[in-house]
Order: sequence, then C-alpha cells, then structure tokens
Amino acid sequence: MIKPLTGNYAAAWGARLARVGVVSAYPITPQTTIVEKLAEFIERGEMDARIIRVESEHSALSAAWGAALGGVRAFTATASHGLLYMHEMLWWAAGSRIPLVMAVVTRTIGPPWNIWTDHSDIMGQRDTGWLIMMSEHNQEVLDSIIQMFKISEDPKVFLPGIVGLDGFILSHTTEPVDIPDQDVVDRFLPERRQPYILKPGDPLIMGNIPSDLRDNVKMRWDIHRSQERAKGVIRDVDREWAKLTGRSYGGLVERYRCDNAKYHIIGMGAWVGDMKEAVDILRDMGYGIGLVKVRYVRPFPGEEIAETLASSKGVIVFDRSVSPGSAGPLYLDVLSHAYIHGVRVPIQNVLAGIAGIDVGYDDIIGGVTMFINALEEGRWPLPSKIQWYFGGGEWWP
Amino acid sequence: MALSIKALPKKKYVLPGNAACPGCPEAIGLKYVGMALGDRAILVIPAGCTSVIQGLAPGSGLSFPIANVPFASSDAVAAGLSAAIDARGEDGVIVVWAGDGGTADIGFATLSGAAERGDNVIHVCVDNEAYMNTGIQRSSLTPYGAWTTTTWTGKREGKKEMPLIMLMHRVPYVATASIAYPTDFIEKLRRAADMKGFKYIHLHAPCPVGWRFNPSKTVEVARLAVQTGMWILFEAINGRVRISPFSLPYKDRKRRKPLEDYLKVQGRFRGIGREDIERIKSMIDDAWNTLLKFT
Ligand SMILES: Cc1ncc(C[n+]2csc(CCOP(=O)(O)OP(=O)(O)O)c2C)c(N)n1
Ligand code: SF4
Repeated sequence: MIKPLTGNYAAAWGARLARVGVVSAYPITPQTTIVEKLAEFIERGEMDARIIRVESEHSALSAAWGAALGGVRAFTATASHGLLYMHEMLWWAAGSRIPLVMAVVTRTIGPPWNIWTDHSDIMGQRDTGWLIMMSEHNQEVLDSIIQMFKISEDPKVFLPGIVGLDGFILSHTTEPVDIPDQDVVDRFLPERRQPYILKPGDPLIMGNIPSDLRDNVKMRWDIHRSQERAKGVIRDVDREWAKLTGRSYGGLVERYRCDNAKYHIIGMGAWVGDMKEAVDILRDMGYGIGLVKVRYVRPFPGEEIAETLASSKGVIVFDRSVSPGSAGPLYLDVLSHAYIHGVRVPIQNVLAGIAGIDVGYDDIIGGVTMFINALEEGRWPLPSKIQWYFGGGEWWP
Repeated sequence: MALSIKALPKKKYVLPGNAACPGCPEAIGLKYVGMALGDRAILVIPAGCTSVIQGLAPGSGLSFPIANVPFASSDAVAAGLSAAIDARGEDGVIVVWAGDGGTADIGFATLSGAAERGDNVIHVCVDNEAYMNTGIQRSSLTPYGAWTTTTWTGKREGKKEMPLIMLMHRVPYVATASIAYPTDFIEKLRRAADMKGFKYIHLHAPCPVGWRFNPSKTVEVARLAVQTGMWILFEAINGRVRISPFSLPYKDRKRRKPLEDYLKVQGRFRGIGREDIERIKSMIDDAWNTLLKFT
C-alpha cells in the first residue's frame, strides 16, 4: 500500500510492522512525531504493544533495554541531546548483547540551541558497539527498521542497531512510501531471538565484575567480531528483502554510476539524493564521476570502499560533522580503510552541512569541480585536504 | 499473625563466597529479600556495594536473576523488565536494590518517574547513609554531623526525607524497614509484592566500614537507631501511614533510649559536640511530628 508518509511516520510504521512489544521514548525535536504516532497506534489498538512514557532519554533506553532483556522486542527513538543523554546506556545495551532497535533523527548539538540536522549526534556513537546506519529517503527508513530487527536478532550478530534519518529533511518531509503487508513482514522477520532472557527462577547474572580481565577484553573482541560478521548478514537481509518487496539498497553501500568512474564522491544520509543529482549533472558536464553512498557506518564497509577506490584517481568525502582537532569522522574511516587495504589515492574532506546549513546539488558540484580541477591541474592538495563549507559559496581555507 | 523466621524457605540466595565485608548490612538485607520473595524475585542493581558483593563472574555469590545496570538507570530498566514479564505472562517480582546514592541522588529522577507512572516495581533503598562503594562519600541521605571522606568535619546538612517524598508521589505502598527487624522487613516485602504498581521500601542499613563500628555490631547499631527514635519504622498503604509495632513505643520520646547510645558506638560521629547532639535530637522530634501528621 503506497501512502504519503513523513520519515518519522515511516519509522513508526517500521516499528509497528516489526511487531514491537514495548515502546519507550522521550520527546525531542525532530524525533517527537515518531513516538506520537506509535502512541496513537497503540491507543487505537492497531498495535499490540506497551508504551512506557519515561521522564528522560537515559530512562527511555534503559526501559527499552530492560524490556528487551526480559524477552520482548523493544524500540525507542531520539535525537541530538537525547542521544547524548543516553550515551551511557548505549554502551550497556551493546555490551549486554541484547538485540534492540532505535531510530535516531539526526540533529545538531548545542550550544547554541539548533534543531536542524547534522550528523554530530549519530557519529558520536561509533564506538559503542551498536550497528549504525543512515537512510537516504523515507522508504529506506521504513525498510531499514524492519531489516534492523532481523539483523540485530541474528545469532551471528546479537547487537543493538540504530537507524538514522536526517532531521526535517526526512523526518518532516512527506514522500510516497510503500507500506508492506503485515504478512510479508511476518514472513521476513522470524520470532525474536536473543542470547538470554532474564526471568524469574533462573539465577542468571548480567554484568557483574569479571574475575579475569581477559574475559572482559574477549567480550569487547566478540562485539568487534560480530560487527564483522554482521556485514554478511546485512547483505543477505538486503537480498531477502529485495526478493519480497523488489527493493534492494546494496547492503552496506550503494554504488551510483561508479562504472568506469575516474573520481568518487562519498557521503551518507539524506543529501545523498542531492549528490546523485550532482553526479548526473557532472556526468553531463563530462566529469567521469561516481558516488559511493555509505549506508552503514558500523560495521564500516572498508572492503567495499577500498575495492571501489582502488581504481579511483581522486575521492571527495562529504562529512556532516567534525571531530575538532582531527577531521570529519567519515573521512577518517575512509582514509584508514583505504590505507589498511593498500589503496593510495588523493582523498579530500569537505565538512559541510554542519549546524543544518543547507547544501544543495549546486554546492556539491562546486566542491567537486574545485577538487577535480585542482587535481587535474596539479594544484592538489588544495590549501588543505580538509576544507570547510559554510554555505553560499563560502569555503575555508 | 506474627511471622516466624523458622517458617521461611530454607533455600539460600546469599551464598558463601560472596564478597561482602564482615558484618555487611546489604548482605543481611539480601538474605531477607530471598526469604521473602524466593524464586519470584528478579533484582535490578545499580552501581554500589552490591555490585561487588555479588562476587566475580563467571561465578556468583547471589542466586537471584540479576541485571546489573548503570547508576542512574535502575527504575527505568525495572519498568521495562516489568512490562516484559507482564507481556510474557510470567510470575515475577521486579526489585530494584539501590543504595542511598542510587536512590536519592543520581537515581532520583528515574525513581520519581517510575513512581509517578506506577510501574509495577518494588524499589528497595538500602540506606547505608553514604557512597560506600567509592569510599564513604556523603550523600543526601548522610545524617547531620556525620564524618565522611567529603565531609571531614561532619556533614552540615540534614538527611533528605526520602520516604515522605515517596509518600507524596501517592504510590500504593511506602514503608521503612531495618536490617535489625527481619520479620518486619520480610512482611513488608511480601505485602509490597502482592500489590500492583510502584512500591517503595527504605531499608536502614548500618555499615561497619563507613560508620566506623565493630562489624559484630551491625544489628545492634541498627536496633539502636530504632530505639533512639532516629529511624522510624512505618508503613503507608494507599497513603495511610501506620507506625510499625517495633517503633510504636518510641512515639513517646520518654521511652526512647538516649541518642548518645547510638552516636557513641559509631566513629563517624566522634567529632560532634553537644550543640550538634541537641540539634540532632530536635531533628528527631521534627521527623516524628511530621510523620505523625500523616497517621
Ligand atoms: C554515572 C556514574 N557516576 C559515578 C559512579 C561511581 N560510583 C559507583 S558506586 C557509587 C556510590 C554508590 O553509593 P550508594 O548508591 O549509596 O551505594 P553503596 O555503595 O553505599 O551501596 C559511585 C559514586 C558510577 N558507577 N556511575
Ligand atoms: S562498605 Fe559497608 S555496605 Fe559496602 S560491602 Fe562493606 S560493609 Fe557492606
């Protein structure tokens, strides 16, 4: 059934179709309408779930995790300061290996107060052990929530997962979205699986002090290994979803017009749509350019990216957040994994769209042509390999 | 219908090999939780001494199902667990076992939230009147005059009235208890377990390490707190306060033991003077007067 849905409603529909049993969340712009919608589904009896209307995000994730620990499929959603407030619980949830799904509607972090999107919040969670993905459009939001439950609950993975969507650009923008039939989702998503359930009469203890620190490091190692194993699961799940619905997103990355591309753009999130438009125009202008859309930040698709970049003459990575004192986090990951796989290619970082600055396809074309022209005229690196874009054609340095 | 300890289940929930200090009140309290609730109990335990008392993984000195959780998260985790138990149709009692810090300070907003929502949880505040796990720092439940490692000359502020604050949340059940009165505590736990909604039990738990007394005297110190009127045992079902039988005699201040008996067995009050003692006595009178207004 095709319906016009905002990104947030698409997220709510994803949770509903996944037959979530417990929802727990705290309002924050631009996430709010996800919880409002879920509350409406539940109160109307359209969704058989309990809702815990907590007093903070720390509690939102605590309660969702508690429910998941008790054996029920649980869902929460947040953004920005809410995500930071939860940060401690993100570590606990991943460390406990209890499957769980959260939507993160990306938003700038203050000060100053600012509700527009950038990726500072979601990128700040990279080390927690969660699976983390970003969506490009509302259909991908809905599909990814359902998929994330399947990935998270796969015994090869058993890790919680975040589905990210850009605030306002997706969360409050209506697009036609195909809502799959419940029985399609039921066929796709099996009964919940999890490594253990805390229940009465079974004296299982979660999280007490280890007698041997090697057990602790092995737990951390096992999270890392499961992230690696998740790559295969993500690809399989994508293929299986494609068989049922005809929609594939390529697993961890989507390559757009990468065949015989000489140069590559790398980006993630909603502005990938603008990047695709930029690629089409640049191709018409005669630039041999392709795009690698990063869907998963964790696990990071190092192999796919290195493989694509192996034949590249130049790469430009757009980051919507920055690690001050270093560079854009996506850039840093691309750089390291290219290096790990022995790929040597000029890689430029553009820090743009931070603080919600609007970036359109023309801005992207501006950055890309500046980079390619510099490369071809032997002027690269530009004054810096890490450039800021403030919008309106203003670059630094 | 007096409860006899002999009639309680024999199964042990606090096992040899646990890592409690000698004379530990938290280990004593946990024993009574086992006796009261048996296999129905699931414990949610934030950071604090009981994180250590459990002993080292993969072994364990406690035989409850336990979720160890971050310091400020317990009642929210418990709310989620209780929703899960309900959804799965299991017969369990979710017990948050939190220290005075985990209850009255860092965990306070979470606790208040769960109480206001009426989540089906028993919160036990095991009150040793300081942050013991990190080395005896003051909390908002440390009493006036007490030495801690962050109040070297004695705490200048009084103890927060946690049980009354919880009473004002209008939850169905609020009680105080003491590790010196096991039958009273066990009965209260059982009463709480039979009620739906949020239940709060505040367990007074003198700690030999932090209060500076001989570990063989834990129960004696706890009993003196009640006998001097310093700690009042009561119970409030649906807001109706009733002083518990063990505290009833001390409503009459003439029947209270001298406060000095309680203070002098503890090293933490060594530095206080006469004026401080008078001040504590008037605080005790205040506490009784306030509480009796609710009876
Ligand atoms: C967020 C956070 N802050 C601080 C700590 C350090 N910490 C662990 S236990 C503790 C004090 C516990 O005191 P209380 O709740 O009274 O329990 P007790 O140790 O006395 O049983 C502190 C400060 C922590 N674990 N987490
Ligand atoms: S410090 Fe006190 S409360 Fe903590 S384990 Fe030792 S005796 Fe028990």
